[in-house]
Amino acid sequence: MLGIDDPWIWGVYLLCVLSAILCVVYGIIYWNREGELEAIEIKETSAWEESAEEMQEKELGL
Amino acid sequence: MILMAEVNWILYVVILAYLLVTLYLGYRGWKTTKDSEGYLVAGRKAHPYIMAMSYGATFISTSAIVGFGGTAGLFGMGLLWLTFFNIFVGIFIAFVVYGKRARKMGHNLKAMTFPELLGRRFDSRFIQWASGLVIFLGMPLYASVVLIGAARFMETTLSIDFDLALFIYSVIIAGYVIWGGLRAVMYTDAMQGTIMFVGMLLLLIMTYSHLGGIIPAHQALTNMAHMVPSSLAAQGHLGWTAMPAWGSPWSWTMISTIVLGVGIGALAMPQMAVRFMTVRSNRELNRGVLIGGIFILMMTGVAFAVGALSNVFFLQNQGNISINIAQGNADSIIPLYINAATPDWFVYLFMLTLLAAAMSTSSSQFHTQGSAIGRDVYETLTGKKGSQSVFITRIGIIVAVIVAVILGYILPDNIIARGTAIFFGLCASAFLPMYTLGLYWKGTTKAGAIAGLLTGTLVTVFWYLFIHKAEAVPLGVAKMLLGRDLLIEQMPWPVVDPILVALPMALIVTLVVSLITRKPEEEHLKGCFKGIR
Repeated sequence: MLGIDDPWIWGVYLLCVLSAILCVVYGIIYWNREGELEAIEIKETSAWEESAEEMQEKELGL
Repeated sequence: MILMAEVNWILYVVILAYLLVTLYLGYRGWKTTKDSEGYLVAGRKAHPYIMAMSYGATFISTSAIVGFGGTAGLFGMGLLWLTFFNIFVGIFIAFVVYGKRARKMGHNLKAMTFPELLGRRFDSRFIQWASGLVIFLGMPLYASVVLIGAARFMETTLSIDFDLALFIYSVIIAGYVIWGGLRAVMYTDAMQGTIMFVGMLLLLIMTYSHLGGIIPAHQALTNMAHMVPSSLAAQGHLGWTAMPAWGSPWSWTMISTIVLGVGIGALAMPQMAVRFMTVRSNRELNRGVLIGGIFILMMTGVAFAVGALSNVFFLQNQGNISINIAQGNADSIIPLYINAATPDWFVYLFMLTLLAAAMSTSSSQFHTQGSAIGRDVYETLTGKKGSQSVFITRIGIIVAVIVAVILGYILPDNIIARGTAIFFGLCASAFLPMYTLGLYWKGTTKAGAIAGLLTGTLVTVFWYLFIHKAEAVPLGVAKMLLGRDLLIEQMPWPVVDPILVALPMALIVTLVVSLITRKPEEEHLKGCFKGIR
């Protein structure tokens, strides 16, 4: 197979390609899923930005 | 080989352009990095392409391409098992099983570094600073071998002084990591990842077409099995397209150290895990799986196949196998092959590829070491926050660079793959049990996590000093204390990698201690697992 006699080697050669294909298929199927933020997360994000600005003021005096 | 005098101006223009773009991206990152959050987790709004390429480019360095590619030139295509682990464990499992939870928990706990995630999950300052210390002390070896990989290629290609190349290169990296923080690192990583992808794709096509196609190339390599040097055959080497004899020293080294050590270790690499916390939602991670899977196949898959096939090329053109052409130093196989087998323009492009690969990994390593000492050790122990810890982080980066460069001058030949495996194995044994259980089992206790961290770290160190021959003999601690080279001479122990012992022990200790110690507060767990289904 593929010019290789040892099945452990040609097997893993194919396995590498198959696992990359698995990643591609997974990525395509889930491309747009789990992107929506829940209300609580949106609130968290804005709280975050506020605290980041605060930190900025404290740390750099900006 | 290209002599310095023959190096044409195109090379200089290309490298200069590359460095200018790198500096520009670093500057952009610096301009938009104003606080420690921007500095440490890139403001948590990284684009999926940037995040995935950055993860991949950090994962894959000159160590993977030059070091492990050269190791494949020596061991053969069995190294493709590592590629399989890299893709399936290092990308798929890492993103889907670990990444999503680590991202959410990192946000819940407002963690900015990997040790901080672990420390806050278990409500333990000790875990944070001790993990930071393990990283700060363990990573210089890995950082150093990445520098060596880049410098080896420049040395071979340009015939320039190894020491000088190492020095100039380190100064450039230190500059943009110190001033830009993680956002700068991630921007440059993504560009560097793109360059790496193109370079490796071309290398694959060139190698197979040069050797007459995929099957003829493999067949020629299979037919060379009788040429394995007798010293290697005695250790279990059965040819470059065959697995080593089961149970032989060669098979232990390949399977336990190279495939498992590095393959599993990737899950608990602090500089990679922190990237999960840089994205806004799981969607970015889903997309990252696609990009990462192809990227890693193109990196280590190509490097290991080409490394093994270099034997066919060298036999046909110079009448000898790769490791003999490289005078016994596997680290030189890939540089020699590229210089001998590909046209000049590609050698330049590949040098850029390697420069990109090394810079992306080095910068993340130094950034991680800096934040480990500034944020995890200094801030945790002194309780002082703010500009002072950013200052300590920057000092930490400078120290890390200096230590890595000094190690670069001291370390021996054939060190790149081994140095990488040591650090990956250490991280797996020290962090993986508490990281995994911390994400999935609410019953994991602070005492359990601490016991696991100490067990994993100490058993690994003990094993390297007293049992594992490749390190214990040159280090000489066993000889000094016990009067003999190794504590156990009986095979296979001297060739069994510490990860096979330390990781299961750490896992068992974490589980057992967690079962018999006081459960964490319900309130604390609620905070950690908020929004995790």
